Amino acid sequence: MSEAIRYKKDSDNIVLLTLDDPDQSANTMNDAYKTSMGKVLTRLEGEEGLAGVVITSAKKTFFAGGDLNTLIKVQPEHAEEFMAEVTSIKGQLRRLELLKVPVVAAINGAALGGGFEICLACNYRIAIDNPNIKLGLPEVTLGLLPGAGGVVRMTRMLGIEKASPFLLEGKQVNPKKAMAAGMINELAADQNELIAKAKAWCSENKYAKQPWDTANYKVPGGTPSSPKLAPMLAVMPAMLSKKTKGCYPAPEAIMSVAVESLQVDFDTANKIESRYFTKLATGKISKNMITAFFFQLQEINKGASRPSAIEKNPTKKVGILGAGMMGAGIAYVSAMSGIEVVLKDVSLENAEKGKLYAEALLKKRLSRGQISKDKMESILSMITPTGDASDLAGCDLVIEAVFEDRKLKALVTKEAEIEMLEAGVMASNTSTLPITGLAEASIRPSHFIGLHFFSPVDKMPLVEIICGNDTSDETLAKAFDYVAQIKKTPIVVNDSRGFFTSRVFGHFIMEGVGMLGEGLNPASIEMAAARAGFPIGTLAILDELSLELTRKLMLQTKTDYEAEGKTYVAHPAETVIERLIELGRSGKSVSNAGFYDYPETGKKMLWPGLNKEFVKSGKEIPFEDMQERLLFIQAIDAVKCLDENVLKSIADANIGSIMGIGFPPWTGGVIQYINQYGLQEFVQRAEVLAASYGERFMPPASLVLKAEKGEFYT
Amino acid sequence: MTTEAIIYDVIRTPRGKGKKGALHGVKPVDLVVQLMHALEKRNPGLDTAEIDDVVLGCVTPVGDQGSDIAKVATLAAQWDVTVAGVQINRFCASGLEAVNMGAMKIRSGWENLVVVGGVESMSRIPMGSDGGAWAMDPATNIKTGFVPQGIGADLIAELAGFTRENVDQFAYDSQMKAAEAQRAGRFDKSIVPVTDINGITILDKDEYNRPETTLEGLAGLKPSFQMHGDMGFDSVALQKYHMIEKLSHIHTPGNASGIVDGAALALIGNEAIGKKLGLTARGRIVATAVTSTEPTIMLTGPGPATEKVLEKAGLTIDDIDLFEVNEAFASVVMKFQKEMNVPWEKINVNGGSIAFGHPLGATGCMILGTVLDELELQNKRYGLCTLCVGGGMGIATIVERI
Repeated sequence: MSEAIRYKKDSDNIVLLTLDDPDQSANTMNDAYKTSMGKVLTRLEGEEGLAGVVITSAKKTFFAGGDLNTLIKVQPEHAEEFMAEVTSIKGQLRRLELLKVPVVAAINGAALGGGFEICLACNYRIAIDNPNIKLGLPEVTLGLLPGAGGVVRMTRMLGIEKASPFLLEGKQVNPKKAMAAGMINELAADQNELIAKAKAWCSENKYAKQPWDTANYKVPGGTPSSPKLAPMLAVMPAMLSKKTKGCYPAPEAIMSVAVESLQVDFDTANKIESRYFTKLATGKISKNMITAFFFQLQEINKGASRPSAIEKNPTKKVGILGAGMMGAGIAYVSAMSGIEVVLKDVSLENAEKGKLYAEALLKKRLSRGQISKDKMESILSMITPTGDASDLAGCDLVIEAVFEDRKLKALVTKEAEIEMLEAGVMASNTSTLPITGLAEASIRPSHFIGLHFFSPVDKMPLVEIICGNDTSDETLAKAFDYVAQIKKTPIVVNDSRGFFTSRVFGHFIMEGVGMLGEGLNPASIEMAAARAGFPIGTLAILDELSLELTRKLMLQTKTDYEAEGKTYVAHPAETVIERLIELGRSGKSVSNAGFYDYPETGKKMLWPGLNKEFVKSGKEIPFEDMQERLLFIQAIDAVKCLDENVLKSIADANIGSIMGIGFPPWTGGVIQYINQYGLQEFVQRAEVLAASYGERFMPPASLVLKAEKGEFYT
Repeated sequence: MTTEAIIYDVIRTPRGKGKKGALHGVKPVDLVVQLMHALEKRNPGLDTAEIDDVVLGCVTPVGDQGSDIAKVATLAAQWDVTVAGVQINRFCASGLEAVNMGAMKIRSGWENLVVVGGVESMSRIPMGSDGGAWAMDPATNIKTGFVPQGIGADLIAELAGFTRENVDQFAYDSQMKAAEAQRAGRFDKSIVPVTDINGITILDKDEYNRPETTLEGLAGLKPSFQMHGDMGFDSVALQKYHMIEKLSHIHTPGNASGIVDGAALALIGNEAIGKKLGLTARGRIVATAVTSTEPTIMLTGPGPATEKVLEKAGLTIDDIDLFEVNEAFASVVMKFQKEMNVPWEKINVNGGSIAFGHPLGATGCMILGTVLDELELQNKRYGLCTLCVGGGMGIATIVERI
């Protein structure tokens, strides 16, 4: 068996260790690494005349980090074995840094997580000055902490305050910035210079020791009891709580390790780190986050929901109909990805306004030094504004982004289809109207698809692809490829009113507004959303969306139901929305008033009139119920989406809910939320909620069945 | 029959005004020692060999106040070598807790005579300099939803609907009552002037209060906890108190207790020892109570502690003639008054900590003395002392004039 670490001694007695996992494209802290590292250390410790050690990598990345395949399986009952495992990995790194010779990390690719922790156990760190190389400790973003000494060493190296953004937020930086932050010591131009500099350092620093292993070591920024740091320590948890609302144990654990580690010696500090790491790794929330943000996101981006038999079909020229905020945003992200854009509106003048939006975004990037003037000009030159449909000639993709009006959409679709390539795809950026219905206006319904962008387009990472009844696999594949081209994450769903995201999100809003209708305190309703982990409260978001628009949708849905011969059951929230509109409070953009007042100066505040209109004095329900109602109502509807084949994949459900509609990341997504709650427990709880708050909480039969069988959603 | 805990004397130093004040140059141990000597002088029959224990409250027992200041003070005062000493910490209630513990020692019959009280030189040993897991250990801080007390005080006001004008008016009234009491010499009989090694007086009256206070002046002060709140403590508080949307910061240095230096001592014993040493009985401790409430709002303990102590004493709120409710923050006393429905005329008739300052370890014993003096002056029977305490605790003591 070939080794994961290659060993080569040169004429100066400096050993070059090359990380090169024989079985994987990236190095990770798997068994192969551990075995090799053990052997390498023993050999180094016995090496006659050893003068130094240089560690580099043979892969594209330096070292990828922990082995998530193993991590995801660890349960609380494995805590002891897991601790032992972590302790042994740390023990190896400790042996490395205690070698009596200088040890240098020659970083020639991304070193994240475990990879950077290896670097931290070296006496000196040199990286190739390539801005694409990322360095950092992103464990927190997966609900974990850097458990191979990363918290202990970063804290001892930089001090609590300076290490914080890297540990608590998982901030990743390029080598230049890492150097400025004190995370690495030197830059090199290329691989040759890197190794040369590393060896030179070894020769010049024969007695190198880690700062914390020297007698006169002092923690930068002071110990927890120092008068400078102490007042900060008391407020740090509150600063964190303001952001996380207590939903995320990982940054809390990291902060605890950082502070506790400074009260004790290095080896004890590492034990403390291992204890907290074990707690996080065996806990539910890291599993939720690893499942969603690592495995499922990877599955999606690899194209699990794309018809695999069809060849890649990248878009060369995209036509965008409607140069409003959405159209302009789509134009911008397309041009940024090197796709030629025809931005069409009713007049050239309107279309040019849309292009100005892209220009404004680019100027912002320019002012921040993120792009050059030339690059900006070349991106802008990709966008051709026009008022003339004939300019759509040659487009292999046209995205319609006009008002949510069926007649208007039909009109522009027909107009575009005549001009564009016959083999091209016609897409609608509708957020609610069923695609199959819109496709009726198309001359090529099999080439018609939904591409639901989220606002603001340049920031939101998700696109929901909606297949109508007649949408072909080729059309889906092309749409999927386009979303990948513009570097967004595609989820694929089937047609339904509101598809998946808008439909489920609608339940979230209505539940919050419904609670107000029940007479509950509006401040509590908003805080319930925040405490559950949502980025914004239901009342605030409805103000943003406009109550007027929501009422139109309600009416449309009611009309459609009646036309289909189904009975429409009004949601308790509807009367609240109607009453506010009656009072001239239709939302922020319509009337600069809604559930909130929007004073010219100062922050928005809940409208005091809500108390008189809706709040029943003394009416209270458990705060936990308020939070869970907001989570459950969405999870239950997501299950119905699976039942109705609107959703086809659990990964799409989870990722779509987090990236598209703000479902709390700690849950791992709207379906993972049920998994981690426990299906039986979820069913029982849903029944209790149904008894107290309405039939809409009754668990769907498919879920009850799954729970009885002891299964999970996979 | 129960042994009664009789109060034979209560004395205190004047309160010095922080770093620029007269007592900044006086060591905390000297504040206590001078009071010890004063006890001997005021009670000529007092044989220190008869004192079983000295119990002293001190909230920041480090540095000059560290290493069991109670025992150290007995040694420095050259009291009989048999006198023991213990330093205790119940945050802001330490001084009253020392009184209560002393009373328990006597009522249990296990000790005959104790000296109790407290000391805090806040100008020399800053609050919080003793660290502690509650604020400084992130895991504990997070689990307990730690916020500074001022956030709790503002939260009390927000929930009760007290405005900035309300709390400033309270502070103004406290200053006016304090000025009048000081002018009339109502504290003189219990204040022991602090002197230097030459016997020259350093301070002989409370110096923190501002008789010239105006409502306009108070209104101009900046809120003390706005920045703390904005950094994140408001969010911690509102996550628990979700029924309010925001927290208005209305407490300022003007309507909260001041940072001062001072000490107080009380002599408590059974009846027999009083007769033996020829001591004059002034009052008796009727009942004591401690309790605790929700820790984030933190300062709502006085009401529940008062209810508890009344029940133990078999008294009703109307039986109490005078109340001393520590003015840690204006809203604390205002909430107490509203909650217990006590007439304002009975509460803090001589002002309180907003005017004079709050030397943490000593205040509890000081207000016991203040209420006893006032009962004697007004010829009334029952007084009740209560304080809000860190961690959500509350404490109360009922004293009866003899």
